[in-house]
Amino acid sequence: MESRKVYMDHGATTPLREEVLEAMMPFLREKFGNPSSIHAQGREARQAVDAAREVVAAALGAEPGEIFFTSGGTESNNIALRGTAALKPKSHFITSSIEHHAVLDVCKDLEEQGHRVTFLPVDSNALVDPRVLEEAMTPDTAMVSVMMANNEVGTIQPIGEMAALAREKGVLFHTDAVQAIGQIPVNVKELQVDFLSLSAHKFNGPKGIGALYVRKGVPLTPLYRGGGQERKLRPGTENVAGIVGLARALELAVQELPEKMSRLKHLRDTLIKGLLKIEDVILNGHPEQRLPGNVNVSFKYIEGESLLLSLDLQGVAASSGSACTSGSLDPSHVLMAMGLDHETAHGSLRLTLGRGNDEADVDYVLKILPPIVERLRNMSALYKKR
Amino acid sequence: MQEIYLDNSATTRPYDEVIELMARVMRTGYGNPSSNHAKGMEAEKIVREAREALARALGCRVEEIMFTSGGTESNNQAIKGAAYRHRRRGNHIITSAIEHPSVLNCCRRLEEEGFKVTYVPVDSEGYILVEELARALSAQTILVSLAHVNNEIGTIQPLDQIGPMIKKNNPQTLFHVDGAQALAKVPVELDRWQADLYSCSAHKIHGPKGVGALWIKANTMLQPLLEGGGQEGGLRSGTENVPGIAGFGLAVRRSVKLMQANNDLMYGLKERLLQGLQKAGVTVSVNGPPPRRSAPHLLNLCFPGIKADILLRALEQEGIYASAGSACHSRHPQPSHVLQATGLDEDMIAASLRFSFSGLNSVAEIDTVVKQIVKSVTELRQILP
Ligand SMILES: Cc1ncc(COP(=O)(O)O)c(C=O)c1O
Ligand SMILES: Cc1ncc(COP(=O)(O)O)c(C=O)c1O
Repeated sequence: MESRKVYMDHGATTPLREEVLEAMMPFLREKFGNPSSIHAQGREARQAVDAAREVVAAALGAEPGEIFFTSGGTESNNIALRGTAALKPKSHFITSSIEHHAVLDVCKDLEEQGHRVTFLPVDSNALVDPRVLEEAMTPDTAMVSVMMANNEVGTIQPIGEMAALAREKGVLFHTDAVQAIGQIPVNVKELQVDFLSLSAHKFNGPKGIGALYVRKGVPLTPLYRGGGQERKLRPGTENVAGIVGLARALELAVQELPEKMSRLKHLRDTLIKGLLKIEDVILNGHPEQRLPGNVNVSFKYIEGESLLLSLDLQGVAASSGSACTSGSLDPSHVLMAMGLDHETAHGSLRLTLGRGNDEADVDYVLKILPPIVERLRNMSALYKKR
Repeated sequence: MQEIYLDNSATTRPYDEVIELMARVMRTGYGNPSSNHAKGMEAEKIVREAREALARALGCRVEEIMFTSGGTESNNQAIKGAAYRHRRRGNHIITSAIEHPSVLNCCRRLEEEGFKVTYVPVDSEGYILVEELARALSAQTILVSLAHVNNEIGTIQPLDQIGPMIKKNNPQTLFHVDGAQALAKVPVELDRWQADLYSCSAHKIHGPKGVGALWIKANTMLQPLLEGGGQEGGLRSGTENVPGIAGFGLAVRRSVKLMQANNDLMYGLKERLLQGLQKAGVTVSVNGPPPRRSAPHLLNLCFPGIKADILLRALEQEGIYASAGSACHSRHPQPSHVLQATGLDEDMIAASLRFSFSGLNSVAEIDTVVKQIVKSVTELRQILP
């Protein structure tokens, strides 16, 4: 088989779609006005931002006034959590132990500022138990933040159920849906959440742009201060082209979702089945309740990092944890929370599928992986001692 | 109709080369710089090159540049980040009365949180009253934040005088410079100013919107406002806006290279506009320093007896875009706090317009603008009592 380039790291970021680029170009080129300017150039930009807000709202089942554009998923999460914490001094926050660092590290920071934080455990499939959440809520609980789908193992949480429990107790509910948008249906009215974060570059949109859904009437303190943009919740000259690109990408993602889901699920399951044929391999994450594009497996006796390097040399882009932590040597906090031992956690490989992938990509990976695994294992002292 | 864009301090038209580069990066360089594979490294290299371009433009070390989502974030990160981090050393902050809302409103918020803020007044041309600043400095002062160039009247503050004075009072006091309107127009001299922090924004120099940078002098400690994946040395988490950063890098390279030529052009345009109006007998006065002394791209004019918004609309009919003040306010018109601080009365403020230029404007455009203003002002003066 000849070598090919296979991008299977859509969990880290996705290629921008041509249609999205086309939508953005006029707002980089001739329609470059500042939406706050009152002249025609400015008004044109303002209209584009307003139209984008409506598209995003419609895609999520929200009202346009409930959508705020930010610089990405990280900022959306930071605003939701810090903006609530600022209004509720020394209160209680609940999150899960498998959140992205953009939630986890904010929560740790909130602890330092005198708030109390409960980090809910997960089971071996990375699921949070809603009953455990229910028990964790106390009269001073201000907010619960649980991610809709995990970025490493793809497990999808029962967000609707958890949000309902929080609502019963009058507790605000935030969900980091950065990995879920464009992969599974997301509707804020059905989920009844108070806040939801998303990031365009995870669904074939541009980098550096995201949004935060804030349910009407829910107060939030801004993180940044400045002009009156985004109704003061998020000041700064709007990234007009980025906002237009986000909306276009989301619109397309929602339109194509049913087809994409079934296609990716099929590819995913073929990939998982093939990988599990290799000896001493385990699947990480929930077998069914997982993102259509997520495959995460652990190869015993080898390091995920060396696996990555070999794959990269053969044209396959993958990851061994979330991209942000790829540089660090600590085992993934997600896999540890699921109860994996260090060694198994270190042997994990994440292959995340997306729009561009096809059967041939899956075949290619399944073809080149077994010999790589065998070669690495033969160099491993642990493997020989086994 | 030909459009004449004279609102370049609100935002500028991105250079064609910048747009092309961004489009190319969006098509092919889509990796995540944190990813450990070829696509990731390609993206990481794009970010590194842009960082080098910024470092060259500012005359600083590459590691001292942090990319942000714009000037507002840079200012917030600098001011709040310094205030929170150095709270134990003191709770006093100094800024001026004519700062951009991203500085002023940040300081107001810090006041609500228990910090003390001094808003140093300015003179009739917008220059900070240096003696007042000197008097305000104390052992409690942890930060001084000033814009190098004011965004409404173009006053260039004498930072080489102010910075050393701040440090002489207390070497630990951090000096933040908001350079959003200054970069690529007025030389950056971080060492001479003895500055510690410098904010800038790409869309003011023909780069994309939604990207900025903060220069943080080595060993200066700030509390991050965003936590997460630990990008930008742990200070600014979030997947990097790779195409935007690439566009910023190219925009800064080009605009700094063209700075002298652009400045010569813009000073010429300013003079031509003002003299054209004066020669035609239009009653007009300049807000801020004399045109030769203010920033090259800014000319704030007062047409006594004329309502600025009416004149603006008349000019817009002819495809000429200017503004009545900073863009941040133009949707919610309030008298400009900058002009108020210079002592201008309400009537004069309501009669003031900001023209802001770029290297993309031409002499022919200015001649058209002069003609249109003369025409509109004459008509309006006839209608109005
Ligand atoms: C679950 C999750 N939340 C938040 C983020 C942060 O998004 P961004 O990098 O766009 O800030 C990511 C991706 O990096 C993610 O996977
Ligand atoms: C002096 C000054 N500082 C800060 C900013 C904010 O920059 P941005 O719009 O990129 O957030 C601006 C422009 O709006 C400005 O003129």
